[in-house]
Amino acid sequence: MMTNINQDLYKRRKRRNAIGMGLSVAAMAVGMFFLLWILFVLLTKGISAIDWNMFTSSTPAPGSEGGGLANAIVGSLMMVVVSTFISTPIGVMAGIYLTEYGQNNRFASITRFVTDIMLSAPSIVIGLFIYAVLVAQVNHFSAWAGSIALALIAIPVVVRTTENMLRLVPGSLREAAYALGAPKWKVSLSVSLRAAQSGVMTGILLALARVSGETAPLLFTALNNQFFSMNMNAPMANLPVVIFQFAMSPYENWVDLAWGGALLITMTVLGLNIIARVMFRDRLKK
Amino acid sequence: MNTQNNTDNLTNAIEIKNLNFYYGNFHSLKNINLNIAQNKVTAFIGPSGCGKSTLLRSLNRMYDLYPGQRAEGEVIFTGENILDAKQDLNLLRSRIGMVFQKPTPFPMSIYDNISFGVRLYEKLSKSEMDDRVEWALKKAAIWDEVKDKLQQSGLSLSGGQQQRLCIARGIAVKPSVLLLDEPTSALDPISTAKVEELVTELKNDYTIVMVTHNMQQAARVSDYTAYMYLGELIEFGKTDEIFIKPKRKETEDYITGRFG
Repeated sequence: MMTNINQDLYKRRKRRNAIGMGLSVAAMAVGMFFLLWILFVLLTKGISAIDWNMFTSSTPAPGSEGGGLANAIVGSLMMVVVSTFISTPIGVMAGIYLTEYGQNNRFASITRFVTDIMLSAPSIVIGLFIYAVLVAQVNHFSAWAGSIALALIAIPVVVRTTENMLRLVPGSLREAAYALGAPKWKVSLSVSLRAAQSGVMTGILLALARVSGETAPLLFTALNNQFFSMNMNAPMANLPVVIFQFAMSPYENWVDLAWGGALLITMTVLGLNIIARVMFRDRLKK
Repeated sequence: MNTQNNTDNLTNAIEIKNLNFYYGNFHSLKNINLNIAQNKVTAFIGPSGCGKSTLLRSLNRMYDLYPGQRAEGEVIFTGENILDAKQDLNLLRSRIGMVFQKPTPFPMSIYDNISFGVRLYEKLSKSEMDDRVEWALKKAAIWDEVKDKLQQSGLSLSGGQQQRLCIARGIAVKPSVLLLDEPTSALDPISTAKVEELVTELKNDYTIVMVTHNMQQAARVSDYTAYMYLGELIEFGKTDEIFIKPKRKETEDYITGRFG
């Protein structure tokens, strides 16, 4: 039956297949190992700090007992939400421009290049930049500055995912809309963007997940605030900076809170990523 | 040449004169002369790459979306040369509708799929729009299948239903010409039969131009047939004559299956 098959060649190919398979499984195992290790450490150290108190009371003063992260949680939420409101329209519109209008022009390819650089720019550079152009000009730290710094990090993520998702929209769908006499802007907004809707939403969620853990840009901009404050024009507490400060402090309850905050952020990011994945999967199923 | 490409003494909806088409440097349509008769079905047949889709796409200037594609010559529609640079393309495309090879329902409800094009050019009240949607869906012979689920996504329909939805969408804006680019090549035989029936029905109100790979289909539904090969119009005439007694040897070879 297998007379005309070269057995040596066949066996060698099988062996190679096994080696390739083995290597990729090993690579995945390394990744999984560290991810699970991180989650394990976070869970064991952080779970004890997570209680009702963490969500209701503000960060404790040095030397005082108990305390929570309410001010940091609210501050982080406010800044992340504001930054999303800034970055979403800019990012989505830039993405539309890149796919629908700037297929082959020079300005678009420069925009694409700059976006890619921004995508991998160290976040501390962004923080320093906002510090120089905004904080140093008005002479005080503020939540606005923090939100803008976060938005600058989110924009390229949104631009790139919007562009990629719009690219997946088949050209035939656009042609069909043009064939009805629809003008270009109408085709872009009502047909292309609508078809890419869940993909674009996924991008926004991923950007949100990305900025919610950023520390460096906030150190220079929103700084921190020991008290509960919702004033966007003043320094504002936020989870990453609180974690940064508390984790290195000598007070035991501070260190515990830092772990609790770290676990909270990680779970939020994990949750956002899972939601994004589920949304994108549903999109593909359609 | 002219006698060969004339549609006797019928009114012409579109007159194509000395049309040449280029994809960059590639000369893909060579000096096409052809009249499209009003309220008739004209079919373009020929092997892949012969330029039949290109010819169809130059009738509503779909090629304009892509840089590097250009047409020269004249395509006269309601007294104007539609190849004119000053031509308002959105308006032109609302008068010359098009249905594509693959069904392309928009990601919105069945109702919105139909009203999308209508809203672009007409301001209708809610009840007028309801009437228009019903009218278009009835014309496309799909009303009975969708009347209870107008708010469902157009993507939830089957392939054949989606294609009829796309035809309804094209009709809803009340164009005078409907271009069909291999409208049944992605459909099963039953859906194909429905669409063909529909085409015959629609020619009472519209001029229909259709590209097809299926020669039986051309024979079944069209009144006039153009056989194209390598960017040239080889033969054009009444479908009966082309299929029963073609004048040119090349046409005969193609339709009898000796070539292509």
